[in-house]
Amino acid sequence: MKNRMWINLFMAVLVAGLFFTVSCAKKTIVSDATTIEDQAKTDAQAKAAAQAKVDAERIAQQKLEDQMANEKALKEAKAMAAKKRFENQDIHFEYDSSELSSMAKMLLKEKAAWLKANLSVSVTIEGHCDERGTTEYNLALGERRASEVKAYLGDLGISASRLNTISYGEERPIDTGKTESAYRKNRRAHFAIQ
Amino acid sequence: MVSFMGNKRYCSRDMLNKIILSIIYCFFLPGCLFLYSVPVAAKDYNYINISNPFLRKTPVAVPEFKAFNGHAAEVRAGKKAWDILKDALNFTGYLKTMNPAAFLSHPAETGIQLGQINFRDWTGIGAELLITGGVIEAHGKVKLKLRLFDTFNAKLLVGKVYTGPRSQIRKMIHLFCSEISYQLTGKWGVFNSKIAFISTVKGKKEVFTCDFDGQNIKQITFHKSISLSPSWSFDGKWLAYVSYARGTPQIFIKNLKEKRGTIVNYKGMNISPDWMPGQLKLAAALSFSGDQEIYLLTITGEIIKRITKSWGIDVSPSFSPDGRKIVFSSKRAGTPQIYIKDIESERVQRLTFKGPNNTSPAFSPDGKKVAFVGIEKNNINIFVINIDSGMQVQLTMNEGDNEDPSWSPDGSMLVFTSTREGGISRIFVMNASGSDPRRLLKLKGKQTQPAWSMSKTMEN
Repeated sequence: MKNRMWINLFMAVLVAGLFFTVSCAKKTIVSDATTIEDQAKTDAQAKAAAQAKVDAERIAQQKLEDQMANEKALKEAKAMAAKKRFENQDIHFEYDSSELSSMAKMLLKEKAAWLKANLSVSVTIEGHCDERGTTEYNLALGERRASEVKAYLGDLGISASRLNTISYGEERPIDTGKTESAYRKNRRAHFAIQ
Repeated sequence: MVSFMGNKRYCSRDMLNKIILSIIYCFFLPGCLFLYSVPVAAKDYNYINISNPFLRKTPVAVPEFKAFNGHAAEVRAGKKAWDILKDALNFTGYLKTMNPAAFLSHPAETGIQLGQINFRDWTGIGAELLITGGVIEAHGKVKLKLRLFDTFNAKLLVGKVYTGPRSQIRKMIHLFCSEISYQLTGKWGVFNSKIAFISTVKGKKEVFTCDFDGQNIKQITFHKSISLSPSWSFDGKWLAYVSYARGTPQIFIKNLKEKRGTIVNYKGMNISPDWMPGQLKLAAALSFSGDQEIYLLTITGEIIKRITKSWGIDVSPSFSPDGRKIVFSSKRAGTPQIYIKDIESERVQRLTFKGPNNTSPAFSPDGKKVAFVGIEKNNINIFVINIDSGMQVQLTMNEGDNEDPSWSPDGSMLVFTSTREGGISRIFVMNASGSDPRRLLKLKGKQTQPAWSMSKTMEN
């Protein structure tokens, strides 16, 4: 009968052990479940964060692109303005003179800078005169004006091969008036981009 | 026969010396020559000295022409010839036709030949010259019998008969006028000369030509560009002019009849052509060297010789009548002035010293004077300077801008551009002394840069 008691004890211990083991195992599963929940949360957070980052990046990119586009447009506008100014700002001369004034030289320095920034461009320098003076003399005077301008740009480092000259004498006035201000406008070297 | 009596009352005392000299000259010189009734070479004397600045116009009576058969076509032809003759005579600076209302006799009825004319009828009304004409017309053919008489000496000076189709009446009359001119002035005159000029067509400058009196206008170029500075060759067969038709200013040398020519297209500018008298060579300003200089060129544009050698503007050459010198504008002394250079010896003489800006010179046909444009205080005027004495006379004053003087072949007149009518450039002629300015052309647009041909031009 004593044996029976040992077996029971053993069984009891075993069962208890089993129970314990089961209890232990059950505990690990719970723990696992908790981890999965956390993971999902973390994942969602990470995803959200990633999305936010992407969004932020996209916005930043957009901003940058916008900024670049703006800058490009601005730059283009500036370039266009510079080109317009290059073409439209005439060099003026005194009556019966082909000498470059300090103002003329300043403007020509600006033109030289533009020509250096736009190396592919060749230009024709047109020499013009006011109507006072005979036709043939004014053709000669107009040529000297254009040549003076070309020579000065040459001094500033612009290759002569990019600079053509032509004289129109008094044939192409921009103001046909007979006033000093009209004459002043007409006595000019004009730049035409080829 | 040319006297100052009629003018005397207008003369001031300080002019007395000049007047006396003029009277001596005008009365005495031709008078002397009248004593020799043998034909004298016309070159040796002048009835009329057209270079006399105090020239009084000689009154000439031109009664109606006689129509020999009297039929309508003949009368019409006679009337036409008569009108053309009067216009041509009045165009000269030295003759004026008289009002027929004053005439005491009528050669159309009483006869047009020497012996049929009562010269006292003509001297009595102050006619110093008389021209009679007769016309025979048959089947469109016209015969013109024309005579010029010296009334005071009752002498036939010129008698000519011309025959041709009715369409050639104008030419026949002008041939006779050339004979008159030769008799009276020793020069063939302007009657077979032409004038080239620039006129705008839709805003573009093109070369045109017309007869001496502005008739028979023809457009020569159709470049639709800028054309400038026409110049006649001595034989009237060639025109040289500047055109931008190919981009830069180049000289086009064009044969008017044969539609051929060449283009002078050195690098830079090719401008201000002027033909040499008697030879088919021309002077022009070229800038291929980097400096504007005047060169002597062949008719195909090859360089014979560089004429000017100075830094600065050298333009607008004009040959002396013997072709040995050129007068031109140069800025070598700081302001544009007129210089004369002997082509062979290369001797240079500065001609103008008055005024800040003198350009556009033109050698007179007698080689003694130069017409030019002087600019001072925005006033653009034409002057004539005597080469030997340096005496300078202003021909235009207070009447717009006046430019581009060109001499008539006999030196009696100048053609020029003026803005005196409405501020628009038009072509005018005046006598060499500056008197009698009158508009030559009624044409749309602006006209500039007239160039008078030499005397013998080709008839087109």
